[in-house]
Amino acid sequence: MKGIKDRGGRASDSLNQRFDAPLTRRIALWLPASLFLAVFFFYPLGHILTLSLDFSAITAGALGRSLSVLGFTLFQACLSTVLTLALGLPAAFLFARYRFAAKALLRTLTAIPFMLPTVVVAAGFNAWLGSRGWVNIALMRLFNLDSPPLVFGGTLGAILLAHVFYNTTIVVRVVGNALAHLDPRLEQAARTLGADPRRAFWRLTLPLLRPSLLASILLVFLFDFTSFGVILLLGGARFATLEVEIYLQAVQFFDLPLAAWLSLIQLLCTLAFSVVYSRAVTRTPGPSAPREATANLRRPQTLPQRLFVAGMAIFLFLFFIFPMLSLPVRSVARLEADRGERGQVRYGLTADYYAELFVNRSETLFYVPPLRALGNSLGYASLTVILSLGLGFPVAAALARPGPLERLLDPFLMLPLGASAVTLGLGFIVSFGRLLVSPWLVPLAHTLIALPFVIRSLQPALAAIPERLRQVAASLGAPPLRAWLVVDWPIIRRATLAAAVFAFTVSLGEFGATVLIARPEYPTLTTAIYRFLSRPGGLNYGQAMAMATILMLVTGAGILAIEKLRLPGSGEF
Amino acid sequence: MKHPSLVLFFVFFLSLLPACGSQGPQTLTILTHDSFAVSEELITVFEQENNVAVVFLAGGDTGAALNKAILSREAPLADIFYGVDNTFLSRALEADIFVPYESPLLAAIPDDFELDPQHRALPVDYGDVCINYDRAWFAERRLAIPAALVDLLQPEYTGLLVVENPATSSPGLAFLLATVAEFGPDGYLDFWAGLRDNGLVVVDDWETAYFTNFSASSGRGPQPLAVSYASSPAAEVIYADPPVDEAPTASLLAPGTCFRQIEFVGILRGTPNRDLAERFIDYMLDTRYQEDIPLQMFVYPVNQNAQLPPEFVQWAAVASEPAVLGPDLIAVHRDEWIAAWTEVVLR
Amino acid sequence: MLELTDIHKSYLGRPLLDGISFSVAAGETVCLLGASGSGKSTLLRIIAGLEISEGGSVLWDGHDLARVPVHLRDFGLVFQDYALFPHLNVAENVAFGLKMRGLPQAKINSIVTESLARVNLGAFASRRVTDLSGGEQQRVALARALAPGPRLLMFDEPLGALDRSLREHLLEELRQTLQASDVPAIYVTHDQEEAFAIADRVLLLHDGCIVRAGMPAEVWREPGSVWAARFLGLGNILEGKSLGNGRVDTKAGVLETACSHDHITGEPLALLIRPGAAASGKGANQLRGRVTDVVFRSPVYRVTLADGLAFDLPTAPQMGTEISLRLPASAVECLA
Repeated sequence: MKGIKDRGGRASDSLNQRFDAPLTRRIALWLPASLFLAVFFFYPLGHILTLSLDFSAITAGALGRSLSVLGFTLFQACLSTVLTLALGLPAAFLFARYRFAAKALLRTLTAIPFMLPTVVVAAGFNAWLGSRGWVNIALMRLFNLDSPPLVFGGTLGAILLAHVFYNTTIVVRVVGNALAHLDPRLEQAARTLGADPRRAFWRLTLPLLRPSLLASILLVFLFDFTSFGVILLLGGARFATLEVEIYLQAVQFFDLPLAAWLSLIQLLCTLAFSVVYSRAVTRTPGPSAPREATANLRRPQTLPQRLFVAGMAIFLFLFFIFPMLSLPVRSVARLEADRGERGQVRYGLTADYYAELFVNRSETLFYVPPLRALGNSLGYASLTVILSLGLGFPVAAALARPGPLERLLDPFLMLPLGASAVTLGLGFIVSFGRLLVSPWLVPLAHTLIALPFVIRSLQPALAAIPERLRQVAASLGAPPLRAWLVVDWPIIRRATLAAAVFAFTVSLGEFGATVLIARPEYPTLTTAIYRFLSRPGGLNYGQAMAMATILMLVTGAGILAIEKLRLPGSGEF
Repeated sequence: MKHPSLVLFFVFFLSLLPACGSQGPQTLTILTHDSFAVSEELITVFEQENNVAVVFLAGGDTGAALNKAILSREAPLADIFYGVDNTFLSRALEADIFVPYESPLLAAIPDDFELDPQHRALPVDYGDVCINYDRAWFAERRLAIPAALVDLLQPEYTGLLVVENPATSSPGLAFLLATVAEFGPDGYLDFWAGLRDNGLVVVDDWETAYFTNFSASSGRGPQPLAVSYASSPAAEVIYADPPVDEAPTASLLAPGTCFRQIEFVGILRGTPNRDLAERFIDYMLDTRYQEDIPLQMFVYPVNQNAQLPPEFVQWAAVASEPAVLGPDLIAVHRDEWIAAWTEVVLR
Repeated sequence: MLELTDIHKSYLGRPLLDGISFSVAAGETVCLLGASGSGKSTLLRIIAGLEISEGGSVLWDGHDLARVPVHLRDFGLVFQDYALFPHLNVAENVAFGLKMRGLPQAKINSIVTESLARVNLGAFASRRVTDLSGGEQQRVALARALAPGPRLLMFDEPLGALDRSLREHLLEELRQTLQASDVPAIYVTHDQEEAFAIADRVLLLHDGCIVRAGMPAEVWREPGSVWAARFLGLGNILEGKSLGNGRVDTKAGVLETACSHDHITGEPLALLIRPGAAASGKGANQLRGRVTDVVFRSPVYRVTLADGLAFDLPTAPQMGTEISLRLPASAVECLA
């Protein structure tokens, strides 16, 4: 072989070529999102922090308290993240590698919790695992116990379980998407070289998944780190994360200096995680050639594969369906009447709660028919999708071929996820005043939260586009936009849809409600549910469950439609 | 790729602007909390009579909405703030967000409700926070209903009571204040320590307490005693399905067991619509609006001339001797009481 | 050593492999030659254990491998696009299989150095594999597959992506490497030149069956079917009817053939006429035709006549002229 002149050409030149776009173009890519974040995030947040931060007001006791709160926040976030990965990774494998019956349905099922309001999820979990939940009732009957053996509400376990329930979909989407595009022959090569499946996973698949794994860990961790509703509703009064403590200090005690101090801690932690993350990601090797997602899909063949697929699918199904099932069940089941009408109980099925949704019984000004609430929800969600994709795409494109500018700015992108919603909400008040009256602010606030997701979902896909493919298209006479359509779009279509689903569900989950002034005339499904739940009475509870069921069905159908959506030219987007 | 998004961005940004500019007829903006409700017809009438558009802003729970009002006092979000209650009143008054208005309708409101002698905050409605009980649960077990707060320390009531965390819940705070009034600032912690040892259940919000833990509600939880409102039994009748003849729950109304929450309205300092704001407050305090309040928000009107709906007369109740604590006393000690409570009950 | 019996596999409901049986002896290099989509890669993957056959068995020294998982088969596989691990450098890629076998680090280092030297990549040990050229990547893939000393080597179109001269060089290198060792090898390709150059034995795969097996020269000499002759590009194929006594009536006229066995008169036949067999001038099996195309194919000219027949001639005739060619009967072969 000596003296052979290798004329094979550098096959991967263009793949790894650092794309040295001129700085002006990079700045142009960053401009829209930076402007957006500057106006709607950094300015209000900076405003409220400078207004209220007063280090002299932090007492030793407050310092000790903030440290212990920080300790618990980190502790539960780490534990929750580990557990979420423990369920999410096998689930991501299941979805990325195998074809099986009702797969799209199961995947939709795992995605629904992400957008359910905490109150509804808490109700679902309690109906399932609470002291009068099905599990406890069954155990009590089975073993003739007097008291429920399983304690759920107010435990750390409840917090962890709810976090896993909420965030597994992040791992499934982010890691699953990367996994689906991984070249299957790499793993096969490892197998032929003597690696058993376990070692092939640890030595090969895991390192190759590192960027997406880190991205999903960061997202899950940040969600757990800033957890609020789950801690309040399921953890009960004994547990406080930073976000809960900020809420207590800012809203209940009106101790703005302490709230600002805690917000600063939370923000700095978030920044630190983001810096660690972007360091770790840039050290990861360049992507190998992306695969059509279907290249990795097969029906389970061997017995262990069949056992894995069947076991995992059934486990996921049960894990997700039980807490969710209680909502539709309760929305058509009448259980209350016996209390007032002794002797003539009419248990049974009813459509009353749904019918009642269409009646403005108390003639209230803020009554909104369910379809309007649904329309508002979908409207806000669609705007959030458009806005976050529009802002996120250019940034993801810049990040896909990172230069010094990107390395500098990258960590700041995640900050909106780590900022305290309560503090930001107060920042909006001092910064925007009457501008807040506009309902347009709702999709803007949702975009703040959705943007990091969108960017993190798009970035790996955009980075995986071989530059030479676009060059080929250009050389074949395709103008830039056309080249983008025929080359980039098919490759990033799946990631774009994943990003859109994220933005959509983030918006439906209504994170913005706490941040902003709400306009009661424009309620979403979520605020409508809260409204029903804030009043006593079986009918209100039933209506809340009916509304939650509608939310679940509609959004589930939406996700399913996107999952099923197949555009010409690719097997599975 | 970058241009469409830039355009989009500015379109959105610009679309915000009209909302803050002037909009045809005059607008009266009312900042309130999330639980606010009113009949559509009442607002329509006011709008027509005064040729004005009324806009409502919901700012979160009572505390959050008040904080928003305070933080925006330099450039007020609204003309009127409704919904501050006597547990938060001093914070609002200290922050000086209201301008005084002595409405002629105050004549029809008992003086007990007028906690601000300068009339910056005017009472609108009140409600008693009381322990609700599951009537069937106690009847089935032939267990006596507790007659006073101290009874809750008895072994027969072990594990039966769910309360809200006073740090996160307004009825929770109200019930804590009731115990302070009952046992005094020196004695209330001992009572709570006793409750804690007797299987007290604490949750963070009313929704969880009522719908998850309370045995008489839709959640069919484990506790037959829950801190709620004296009007909740009426709501159980009105919002029952199918209709019931009898409320499944009732309130403990024994002297000193309930705490009275009074909600106030005030004109925000700096409003350009002072005259209109005064007219709306008069409208709120007049009988027509006052009679709408019970079925919208499940609280009682302060105007003595207002008629109560029949469900309220039959199923809701007013404590004859609610616990009393001055708003100034609450203002000075509230945070300290909550912190001490947290230490004793939760840690 | 390796023996396949009656392997079946279907794809999307259609049979892809339909009863494949063959064996590979020690030191032998067997080449699976077939068109794209003929299932040859699938067959390789079945042998490797990456895919499960629907029928038949894969035996090694008489033992059925059905229950032996991929990583315990000890079969090296070189993938089409090399499948180098992008997160590992060149040396780490080569060391991968050795690590899996739990060899001590010192031993691994020495084998890696030796393997890299053998493929002339000694200086590339710490390079990122994504920075290598196609040929370099191919050599890393070869070194990686060879390093653990597998008992069988398999190649799935390993040179497909390389240019012609590099391919020839690497092919020669590979042939020598395989010859030097007595490791049996299976080489999959669609390129007959590659196959004939490297194989001890060629298996022609078509429609899920092995349609022809034999030494490269045998297969070349007697393709045995119209499909094989066409696929191997052996020459002109003429259809005709037997007139008895070795004479066949074709569109090019009645030809004398060298068919080894008799055909019933009137029986349809396919004839193979190798391009190099014709000579200009007159004699038996006279062919006349107008020249429609002349291409220089060193060192001869390929001349195409109006009736589609093509011949290699030492000199180039004028386009459009009528020429006469003669074919010895021995140059007109019968395809079964």
